[in-house]
Amino acid sequence: MSDTTGAEKRANAGTKKRKMGNSVQDHATLADTFNKDEERVEWHDNTLWWIRQKRDKAAHGIIEWEELRETASQIKNNVLSNLSEYLGQFEARAKENGIIIHWAADAKEHNEIVHGILQRLSINRMIKSKSMLTEECHLNEFLEQRGVEVIDSDLGERIVQLAEEPPSHIVLPCIHKKKEEIGQLFHEKLGTPAGNADPQFLTEAARQHMRDKFLTRRAALTGVNFAVAESGEFVVCTNEGNADIGAHLADVHIASMGIEKIIPERKHLGYFLRLLTRSATGQPITTYSSHFSTPRAGQEMHVILVDNGRSIHLGKPDFRNSLKCIRCAACMNTCPVYRRSGGHSYHTAVAGPIGSILAPNLDMRKYADLPFASTLCGSCSNVCPVKIDIHDQLYKWRQVLVKEGHAPALKKAGMQGMTLTLNNPGMYRFAGKAGRWFMRNVPFVLNNKMNPWFKQRDMPEPPKQSFTDWYKKNRKP
Amino acid sequence: MSSRDAIISRVKQNQPPPSPLPQLTNYDQHYEDLLQQYISILRFIGGEAHIVNSYEQVANILRGSFQEATRIISTVELTGLAAEIRPDIGDPHELENVELFITTSNLAVAENGSVWLRDEQLLARALPFISQQLAVILPKESIVATMHDAYDVIGQARYGYAAFVAGPSKTADIEQSLVLGAHGPKSFTAFILV
Ligand code: SF4
Repeated sequence: MSDTTGAEKRANAGTKKRKMGNSVQDHATLADTFNKDEERVEWHDNTLWWIRQKRDKAAHGIIEWEELRETASQIKNNVLSNLSEYLGQFEARAKENGIIIHWAADAKEHNEIVHGILQRLSINRMIKSKSMLTEECHLNEFLEQRGVEVIDSDLGERIVQLAEEPPSHIVLPCIHKKKEEIGQLFHEKLGTPAGNADPQFLTEAARQHMRDKFLTRRAALTGVNFAVAESGEFVVCTNEGNADIGAHLADVHIASMGIEKIIPERKHLGYFLRLLTRSATGQPITTYSSHFSTPRAGQEMHVILVDNGRSIHLGKPDFRNSLKCIRCAACMNTCPVYRRSGGHSYHTAVAGPIGSILAPNLDMRKYADLPFASTLCGSCSNVCPVKIDIHDQLYKWRQVLVKEGHAPALKKAGMQGMTLTLNNPGMYRFAGKAGRWFMRNVPFVLNNKMNPWFKQRDMPEPPKQSFTDWYKKNRKP
Repeated sequence: MSSRDAIISRVKQNQPPPSPLPQLTNYDQHYEDLLQQYISILRFIGGEAHIVNSYEQVANILRGSFQEATRIISTVELTGLAAEIRPDIGDPHELENVELFITTSNLAVAENGSVWLRDEQLLARALPFISQQLAVILPKESIVATMHDAYDVIGQARYGYAAFVAGPSKTADIEQSLVLGAHGPKSFTAFILV
C-alpha cells in the first residue's frame, strides 16, 4: 500500500538530525539571531498576542474562572503533597486495567524502555504524537541512532521535524514559521507544487502523507495530559486526532508521562479540562479528550512513569510549585520576552517562562541564562491556570544562580547593579531618577541594541515624576 | 533498589507537608437554554447541528448529503441509507475507506459543544477518527451545562476507552489559519432529537 516516493524517502531521512540540537549558545545570543529579522519579530509578537487575547476572551466567558484556577491550584498542591501515595494507587489501578507500567529514573532509562518494547516486538518504525517529555528525553535521536524511525504526527511537529528543527512552542510547535516557508518545505520534502502556501492545501497534503504512516506503523507513542489515581486511566488531549488514530491502529501503545501528571479523582478532570484549552488557545476544549483505561483486544498498552529530576525538584520549597504545570503555554503567549525572542532562543524542550524555571532544575550551569530571560513583569503568573508563582520563581532562581556563580556574564553586571540598587533605598531613588532623566533626554542610550529587552521596541514614554516624587509633593503635611 | 522504589521513596521524602483537597462546587447552571447554547458553541468550533424529531428525519438529511458515499457504518438503522449496521470489525485498518460513521451519544456538554462517546458506541476505537465524516445522534435531554455536570453523569462508570469529541478534527498549525480535517473527520454533525 505504501509506495514510498523519492520525496518521502528524503523526508524520512530528514528526521535523522536536527540543526539546533545541542546548542551551547545562551538566550541573549540566540535572541539576537532571531531579532535580526525585525519584520518577523513583529509578526511573531503579534501572532502570540492574538492568541493571548483569545485566551482572555474565553476566560472572561466563564464567571467562575478565578474559582476554577484556585480549585485547580489546590488540587495540584494536594497532588504534590501526596504524590507517593497517588503514584502507587495509579500503578495498582492501571495494572488491574491491563496496562503495563514502567518506571524510569531518568531520560536514558525512559528511552531504553521504549527501545526495549520495540525490539521485543521487532518494530523499527514508530509514530508519535505530541509529547514534550520525549523532547526532554531526546527520544527521537536515541531511537534513530538505533535504527528506529520515528515520525511525529502532530502537523506542527511534523513540519519542524521535516525542517530538522526542534519545536519552538509546546502547543504550537511551528509558530515561528511562515506559511511560505512551510510551502517550500513541503515542496522539497513531500513534492507539493512550488509556490503553493495555502494552509488548507498544505494541511490536506500532510493529511494524505500521514494517513499512510498511520496505517503502516505498528507502534504508537503518545504523551499524557492527566493520569487519574483512583481509576488508573489516562487522558490525552489533541485537536487533530493524531494521538488517537495512531494509538487505535497500532499493536502497541506506549504513553510516556512525567510523574507529576497524576490527579487524584476522575471528577477533577472537569476542572482541568475547563481550564486547559481556554488558557492555551481560547477554544472551549480540545476536539478530543480521550480517556484510556484498558488496551483494546489484542493490543499492548504501556505507561512509562518518568522521574528525570522531578523527585529532586519536589524537595525544593521555592521551586516545587512549577511541577503543577499543565503545559497550556499561556505564560509563553503572554511573555514579552518569549514573543520577541522566539522559542528556540531558550535552547530547551519547554521554552518561555515555565521552561526557564524548570530547566535549571535539570542542569543549573547549562540553563543559567534562562531565569534572566524575563522582565519579571508578572504577566505569566497572572494567566497561569494553576497559579504557579512563575515570576517569583524566576527571581529566586536568579539569586540562587548568582550565589552559585552561574549567572551569565553579560547580565551579571546589571544584576549586581540591581542588587546594589535594591538593597540601598538612596541608590534606588537615585537610579530611578537618573533612569527617568535618561529616558526623557537621551532615549537612544536605553533604546538601542545594547539593551536586550528593548531591541526593536520603543521604550514607553517615561513618567515625568516617580510615585515617590509625586507623593512627596502631594502628601498632606 | 528498583527505579520504581527509588522514585517513590525520593518522592515520599521530598513531598511537602499534607495539603488537603479543596471542596468542590458544581457551579450553578449558566445557560437559560441548554440546547441553544450547545448548538451555538458547536457551530463556533466548526460543527454542524440539526434539530430533528425522528430517525426518519436524520435519514433524510444524511441521504441528501451522502448519496454517493461508498462506505457508511452506523450503530443504528436509518431507512434508505445504505449503511453497514454494527458490523463486526476485526482489523481496524480495514476501516480506512469509511466515509461516514453514524453513532449515538447520551451525554453532551453545552459549554464546549462536546459529546461523550464510549467503546460500545464506537464499534472500534479507530472508527470515529479514521472515518472522513462523523455524525452523532443525541436526545436533547442528554445535554448538560458544564464538564462538572458531565463527570457527575459519568460517575464511577467503567469503560475501556471513552472520549469527549468536540466538532471536526482541526489544526491551526500553519500560521494560525484554522483548517478543518487534520487527521480525523473533516465534518462533525450533531442530530439533536427533541
Ligand atoms: S506554567 Fe502555568 S501558564 Fe505556563 S504552561 Fe504551565 S500551566 Fe500554563
